[in-house]
Amino acid sequence: MSDIKKFMFVNRKAPYGTIYALESLEVVLIAAAFEQDVSLAFMDDGVYQIKKGHQTKGIEVKGFEKTYGALEDYDVTKLYVDAESLAARGLTADDLTVPVEVMSRAELGKMMEEQDVLLSF
Amino acid sequence: MLNIVNKSPLERNALQSCIETGTGGAILLIEDGVYAVARGNSFEPTLKAAMGKFKVYALAPDLEARGIADRVMDGVTAVDYGGFVDLVAEYKSSQSWL
Amino acid sequence: MAIEINGKSVETDEEGYLVNLADWDEAIAGVLAQQENVTMTDQHWEVINFLRDYYNEFQIAPAVRVLTKAIGKKLGPEKGNSQYLYELFPYGPAKQACKIAGLPKPTGCV
Repeated sequence: MSDIKKFMFVNRKAPYGTIYALESLEVVLIAAAFEQDVSLAFMDDGVYQIKKGHQTKGIEVKGFEKTYGALEDYDVTKLYVDAESLAARGLTADDLTVPVEVMSRAELGKMMEEQDVLLSF
Repeated sequence: MLNIVNKSPLERNALQSCIETGTGGAILLIEDGVYAVARGNSFEPTLKAAMGKFKVYALAPDLEARGIADRVMDGVTAVDYGGFVDLVAEYKSSQSWL
Repeated sequence: MAIEINGKSVETDEEGYLVNLADWDEAIAGVLAQQENVTMTDQHWEVINFLRDYYNEFQIAPAVRVLTKAIGKKLGPEKGNSQYLYELFPYGPAKQACKIAGLPKPTGCV
């Protein structure tokens, strides 16, 4: 169908320190209900959003790491991660809570160019 | 694509990431992002190098408000709010690097 | 707003959802169901328990489309369809069942 648009959510901020990460995730879940072609990109501190093992009890904030696991149920399966951002933080794909596709900044840039709508958080 | 950056490159890496990731098109600097185009700032060489790939614009009212309208580096086009709208219309998509 | 049960007062929001998820138990679910004019059966409990498990696993109340699909996967296609779920919860399986299950309103549900 021609009215399906490509939406990419670009996540560049760490979770919990600001509200951006949670807001992004909520908007993604809402957008998914409209059956668009949704993808998520994680770069810079955004990769910390999907770092395994959040324990938020001590800061008295609701953790949302587990919610990334529900994305598959919402048919959101295109998760892209910038390799350079991971490496700069001493992380590998094994440290992440969901399966993702790791790619270079150049490849990620190409994906961005293909989108109809880019939403940054 | 039109890339919009509103953070100073000396405080945040938004502009750096934009330059490294983007495949081309334009960069419009607004709000504190306009400090990137001030002559003599330490990010100048990086922005100059990126001019081969991107056209660089800066929002004039933001330059003026910060007292740097008279020291904009060569190769940067200052635009007013109308010019901002024209840029958004000119490119197929836009992305805000927060 | 609040629900009074067994001499205890349990806080709810303006739409009748529990404010504290930890307050929930089966007795409270019964009161919430009564307020919704739902008579609980084993079939209703099956959906309520499914929702609570889903919430524990993913920390969200699923949208109705997702709920239908996930129930189909777990409980079989005869239950994983909107007709079955709307018969149990006529005012919307996600909204109404989530309320009885003590969960927040599903994200994206207005």
